[in-house]
Amino acid sequence: MTLVSTLQEAVSENIKSGDTAAFEGFTHLIPHAAAHEVMRQGMTDLTLMRMTPDLVYDQFVGLGRVEKMIFSYAGNPGVGLLRRVRDAVENQWPRPLEIEEHSHAAMANAYEAGAAGLPLAVFRGYLGAGLKQVSPNVKSIICPFTGEELAAVPANRPDVTFIHAQKASRKGDVLIEGIVGVQKEAVLAAKRAVVTVEEVVDDFDDIHPNAVILPHWTISAVCQVKGGAHPSYARGYYDRDNASYIEWDEISADRERFTNWMKDNVLHASPDDFDARVADLRPPQ
Amino acid sequence: MSDVTASEMMTIAASRALTSDDVCFVGIGAPSAACNVARLTHAPDITLIYESGTIGTAPDVLPLSIGDGELCETALTTVGVPEMFRYWLQGGRVTVGFLGAAQLDRFGNINTTVIGDYHAPKTRLPGGGGAPEIAASSGQIYITMKQSLRGMVEKIDFYTSFGHGDGGDHRQRLGIKTRGPTLLITDLAVWTPDEVSKEFVIRSLHPGVTRNMVQTTCGWPVRFDDNVVETPPPTKLELTTLRDLNARTAKAQAA
Repeated sequence: MTLVSTLQEAVSENIKSGDTAAFEGFTHLIPHAAAHEVMRQGMTDLTLMRMTPDLVYDQFVGLGRVEKMIFSYAGNPGVGLLRRVRDAVENQWPRPLEIEEHSHAAMANAYEAGAAGLPLAVFRGYLGAGLKQVSPNVKSIICPFTGEELAAVPANRPDVTFIHAQKASRKGDVLIEGIVGVQKEAVLAAKRAVVTVEEVVDDFDDIHPNAVILPHWTISAVCQVKGGAHPSYARGYYDRDNASYIEWDEISADRERFTNWMKDNVLHASPDDFDARVADLRPPQ
Repeated sequence: MSDVTASEMMTIAASRALTSDDVCFVGIGAPSAACNVARLTHAPDITLIYESGTIGTAPDVLPLSIGDGELCETALTTVGVPEMFRYWLQGGRVTVGFLGAAQLDRFGNINTTVIGDYHAPKTRLPGGGGAPEIAASSGQIYITMKQSLRGMVEKIDFYTSFGHGDGGDHRQRLGIKTRGPTLLITDLAVWTPDEVSKEFVIRSLHPGVTRNMVQTTCGWPVRFDDNVVETPPPTKLELTTLRDLNARTAKAQAA
């Protein structure tokens, strides 16, 4: 049985301090509610991996919970830089942050390799790119058939992956629609997976046969958190809150303002607060 | 059309380089505007791809991020990100990669990673995202950016994505088979590489732009073609299309 009653329970049972965790989502379906619950429960010294660490990783880093970040684009999409990540990298505030940087192609391939049970990913990449010189985990491998030199990176194998999805069935099967990103691979690459969903339905009998579905037996815990991706979005449920992404640029620019905002909106908030945050972003009924 | 802004001229000049036959991997920001103006004017059949996995997208408004819902809703199909990079980009299906840049040098090498030393940066920028492989796997690369001494520099601080390296046949020497940067469109001029050295050379200046304006906003000694011409000013259709697109986008983002 993977369906659990609360996000609190799903988090406390599946992640601990020192874990390597992925909170995946490619602009769409970012698991903000799950990440905030981890922040509230105090897990720290985390190694966080993600292709596009945006606001949630900026928040984890600003709170001092991250030892190392593995990523391929550390920006606020369409807005600018991640100011808490910058402060950690440039000024070691509130603690030094170790980084392991890749390209998107490398990270996507590395998750796929993790899901496929391979130790490494091989692809045509990093040609002439500076990351090859500064990232110790970017190596080369020679194709034994053609002699071509290809890029190699280790597989991504998180201890736990968190994702947000549209629907779960009562059995705990999960449906992802729209921009599906790298979530399927990130779940299948991980030892444990926690999924928050917008809605629980009786079954998936009316779903297209080629839909992206993760069977319940690939997932450790599923729980419903309405609005759980906010300020990211859930196709079919609510739109992206672009204004919040723009506002984050100001909130995160100042250490004190950031700290206060985190207290008010994360540390002293609850998963139930997310539903109200997306009220104005839902399509008219 | 004296009321045309430099930014509008840049976007429209960039849009003209695209055709209906192109499969274009679109970077966010200025490239995204240019690609959609092309689609809405002279290149209605162009295939626009964003790295979020949306193939053949036709957004009514410009997306704020590469993964806005609008891109998926209007796409022919949306695939996962590993498939995007493996089959469609690495597989050689993309004819043009359209990139912006924080720092650019005369050989089309781009830096969006750090200002200063990588391990102790003065400014930590977002990083490459898809760009390192877009730059090597797309058939050719177009670059668009506003000119500034900070942006167009003698030497970039980090090779996020490889253009022509030190120039000449540097790409071939690294085993890269694609053409690399073939076009640079700034707010002042249209540049293409010298056939041999691969250094960007100005081929046309936008209306009202002087050679001095170009040089004072560029950190390397600018080379001009022997026959520099004037970039054709925007047509009424181009300008109306761009302004309508920007107005729709502003309205959608304010809502």
